[in-house]
Amino acid sequence: MESVLESMPEYLAGFRMTLYLTVMSGVLSLLLGTFLAACRVSPLKSLRTVATVIVEVGRNTPLTLVFVFFVFILPALGIIFPLGTIPAVIALTVYTSAFVCEAVRSGINSVGIGQAEAARAIGLGSVNTLWLIVLPQALRSVVPPLISVLIALAKNTSVASGFAVIELTATGRGLARDYPADVIWMLLGVAAFYLLITVPAGAMAGWVERKVVFSR
Amino acid sequence: MSRSVLYDEPGPRTLRRERIASIVVAVLLALLVVYVVIGMINRGLFDDRWLVFTDPPKGQEATDVWWALGKGLRATMTAAVVSAPAALLLALVLTGMRAAGPRWIAKPVVVLIEFMRGMPVLLMMFFGLLALGLSAFSAVVFGLVLYNGAVVAEILRAGLAALPKGQAEAGTAIGLTRWQTLRIIQFPQAARLMLPSLISQFVVLLKDSSLGFIVGYPELLRTMQLNYSFFGDRYRFPLFVVVLLIYLIVNISLSRVAVYVERRTSAGP
Repeated sequence: MESVLESMPEYLAGFRMTLYLTVMSGVLSLLLGTFLAACRVSPLKSLRTVATVIVEVGRNTPLTLVFVFFVFILPALGIIFPLGTIPAVIALTVYTSAFVCEAVRSGINSVGIGQAEAARAIGLGSVNTLWLIVLPQALRSVVPPLISVLIALAKNTSVASGFAVIELTATGRGLARDYPADVIWMLLGVAAFYLLITVPAGAMAGWVERKVVFSR
Repeated sequence: MSRSVLYDEPGPRTLRRERIASIVVAVLLALLVVYVVIGMINRGLFDDRWLVFTDPPKGQEATDVWWALGKGLRATMTAAVVSAPAALLLALVLTGMRAAGPRWIAKPVVVLIEFMRGMPVLLMMFFGLLALGLSAFSAVVFGLVLYNGAVVAEILRAGLAALPKGQAEAGTAIGLTRWQTLRIIQFPQAARLMLPSLISQFVVLLKDSSLGFIVGYPELLRTMQLNYSFFGDRYRFPLFVVVLLIYLIVNISLSRVAVYVERRTSAGP
């Protein structure tokens, strides 16, 4: 138990890396995922098809395999990233974008078609329809699933520990090796730091969800 | 076909414009693909390295390679197929204690579920491996069962909440206990209602079994790595492509089943 407190500096360093991976790949995958969603609802059939294929492949590939691709396969083809955080951020972004895309797309689809028709009926143009009617409603139903996607991302950063990134899980592994008598405590310490991210985020998702239900 | 909420039903002129734009985009994307493929050819990706699947080097037979990959796939499947029923059972017990137990049981169970859902699966596998001293296979199963048990418990809870209230009341009215009502009346309906979600969760579980790669369980990815370290680095790419295809085929078929089941259950009378 004391050794957990003694190891606080290591924990904090690992926690910082986990946060860094989560925030970096979170922001990037929100951008990429929204772009993919825009492609999937666009009127251009070719764009739709390509985005659909990308998302299907992304959703059905294990994250570990995505990591393997960026850490072991691409370098063997001469495309070499510096080992460590950069391939990890890329792998997490590629994987998470597919899920962001699905969340955004289903949010847009959840807006009833009658809403847009009503907007047109009262004479709003397409920009106003989108800006005043569709987007505010879509945003509401998109936020809770997006938060779940980002929570999953925070947990998924642990996969980077298998690919030479010293984040929380890798830190816990190292500490478990250094303090063989306190393995359980060391790993529970790691667990506490993950909960520090996932529990508030989950509570926020629940709060937003209640707000949304209330406002309908 | 009804279009999305984003734009009006297009007229003939817009349709023509869209078709032209679509073709232009398709041509641009095709050029991109050609560019990538030329890059791949220049790196020699389409040379004889693909022979590893038909006529591998180092005196091995093609069957040896496929046999090894098949063994890896079997290990992946074994972990998933062992974990899934165990996770479902755990979820049933957790949900039962949560829904039918007294408050002093229900409250801690809720906390436990939240705790397990908030953990990375990989951390749980390490917990099994390092703290409990399990073998790599048991550690993979341990992590998958605990995590998915908690997630499925949440799915079942949502299913219970979606059932009409009269179902539970009817059970009470004919004199069943709370637990009997759950077991006989509510769980079967909730499970059927949530079957699509349960199947998607099985896909997640199957994908997570690849974490065995990190904790040292010789599943499909590990097999792939063993193969390319044996045959040499130039075989990394073909082996990767085949393993990716195996995962895609298995997972997409399962997802299709989930969609099919969803359509069937929602189209019911």
